[in-house]
Amino acid sequence: MVVVTDRISIEKKKTRQGFGHELLELGREKDNIVVLTGDVKGSVNVSYFADEFPDRFINCGIAEQNMCNIASGLSLVGKVAFFATYGCFATARCLDMIRTTVCYGNLNVKIAGSHGGLLTGPDGASHQALEELGLMRVLPNMTVVIPCDYWEARKATRAVSEKPGPCFLRLGRASVPVVTSEDAPFELGRGTLMRRGNDVALIACGSMVYEALLAAEILAGEGVEARVINLHTIKPIDKDILVRAASECGAIVTAEEHQIYCGMGSAVAEVIVRHQPVPMEFIGVNDRFGESGDGQELLTKFGLRDINIAEAARKAIKRKG
Amino acid sequence: MNPFNYDIKQLQEKARDIRRDIITMLVEARSGHTGGPLSVTDFATALYFNIANHNPENPSDLNRDFIVYSIGHVTPANYSILAECGYFPLRDLMTFRKLGSHLQGHPNMLETPGIEASTGSLGQGLSISVGVASGYRMDGKPNRAYCIMGDGEQQEGAVWEAAMAAGFLKLDNLCAVLDLNNAQIDGPTDKIMSIQPIVDKYKSFNWNVIEIDGHDTEQIIKAFNTAKTVRGMPTIIIAKTVMGKGVSFMEGDYRWHGVPPTPEQGDDALKELGTTYEEWSQRLLSN
Repeated sequence: MVVVTDRISIEKKKTRQGFGHELLELGREKDNIVVLTGDVKGSVNVSYFADEFPDRFINCGIAEQNMCNIASGLSLVGKVAFFATYGCFATARCLDMIRTTVCYGNLNVKIAGSHGGLLTGPDGASHQALEELGLMRVLPNMTVVIPCDYWEARKATRAVSEKPGPCFLRLGRASVPVVTSEDAPFELGRGTLMRRGNDVALIACGSMVYEALLAAEILAGEGVEARVINLHTIKPIDKDILVRAASECGAIVTAEEHQIYCGMGSAVAEVIVRHQPVPMEFIGVNDRFGESGDGQELLTKFGLRDINIAEAARKAIKRKG
Repeated sequence: MNPFNYDIKQLQEKARDIRRDIITMLVEARSGHTGGPLSVTDFATALYFNIANHNPENPSDLNRDFIVYSIGHVTPANYSILAECGYFPLRDLMTFRKLGSHLQGHPNMLETPGIEASTGSLGQGLSISVGVASGYRMDGKPNRAYCIMGDGEQQEGAVWEAAMAAGFLKLDNLCAVLDLNNAQIDGPTDKIMSIQPIVDKYKSFNWNVIEIDGHDTEQIIKAFNTAKTVRGMPTIIIAKTVMGKGVSFMEGDYRWHGVPPTPEQGDDALKELGTTYEEWSQRLLSN
């Protein structure tokens, strides 16, 4: 079981930094890793790689469509091609390239979308990626991963580099609590059990994993034992862990920093309704755009806090009948 | 090395056969694009049968040049040429666009040998080619990237992102060919949304520009060979062509962009090309 400490004293690091650090390691190990960015080298932390391997790095300027398909072309001649920019632009701006060239061709292109979610903060709605998981999840051949912390970002970066085919990696701008460790196991497509419990299953991804762990503490104080699952890969989805959670807990709450429509919760629901229907509640952004503000304040305003998850859990448990 | 190394006369004969293939497969499919495939035929034939280093015996040969059709809809020409090269049997052409065929309406690289990229959404091929050329250069390889573009797709903004990158990166191992047939689905390109002055545009993006008659095989060969010698910049061959080239009642008419000939029109077209549907479909089916 993961022991969580309070919001103030828990160590916090950025997932985008984990990505940058692991990319540098991969670059040192493998000659065929190439990296592209669109004028945000520093913001997405590919500067470590770029400084050490300038010949395997292309700054494409502010032209995401071109960047995506340069990555496609590089993959066609044997490269593992990462392109990294803000999640909004890495997906929506070049969606047709991702769909028709990358995914239809099942190309070895790795998309790193930073600044995912409300924790992006003051830049506001234009820069807070809240739809990109849905846009990526709907595409055949695509793998979609949302690391919950620095260490998971490192492992996910390595894992997607080793998995042939298109992958999307969601990264965040803000420092977020470190809830895993350097040696914690990680496998693409397999959710991680973070806390045992059989009264309700809290299924979370990204920064919401920490909120779900705090929610489980709140519920434990009320005598409710919540299972917490870190669903870092939403495609391919871990059907086994979800069906087991539904059958053993009888109620599910999903929590994500993304639109409820088409997000991780929707992906979970697609599995649950077919294989083990149980009451479900969804924590996420409810069909609206983000706004400027401090990231933490935004999580509170949008109802993406431990208390919101705990309340949703009470509701789901009540619906068990 | 090109595996065929055809001379001018052989290339012209092969181009005529490919036009026969195109009409025959379109009549059989009852669906598909006619005008564009006939306008690219001469330079695309020259590329595969004289210029490019490729290997029909081993389509993923690491020493090959890379040919991307950014205009995915010219599959009738693309597929005919690949089949004539020996990438797959000629009889497959008679399955074009049918359920279960590997010859999809627009190319699927995972299904068809010799197709290097899945295209069909316009304006994407040049960026792919920039990536391919960059990858070859990173590896210090002499391979070249070729990209076949249409004039209508020059209206896509992504083409210019790619043009900017190729010029800035000085990709002299990249050669694009622009099929300037002045026709797109809705009408003549210069009436829908003019792309002119196209030569000046590419020059200002730091490209070497060669203008040719896209149906003159001697000019085509010379242009491709010149492009191989240019250093420090990519080359674009602006090939002035005629939509529907080779069939009198199709030539220059944009309405042939996205429709196939009826069986009667096919008979007339094949007669002009010196054969009949029966004779040519039999040739395809028996190979």
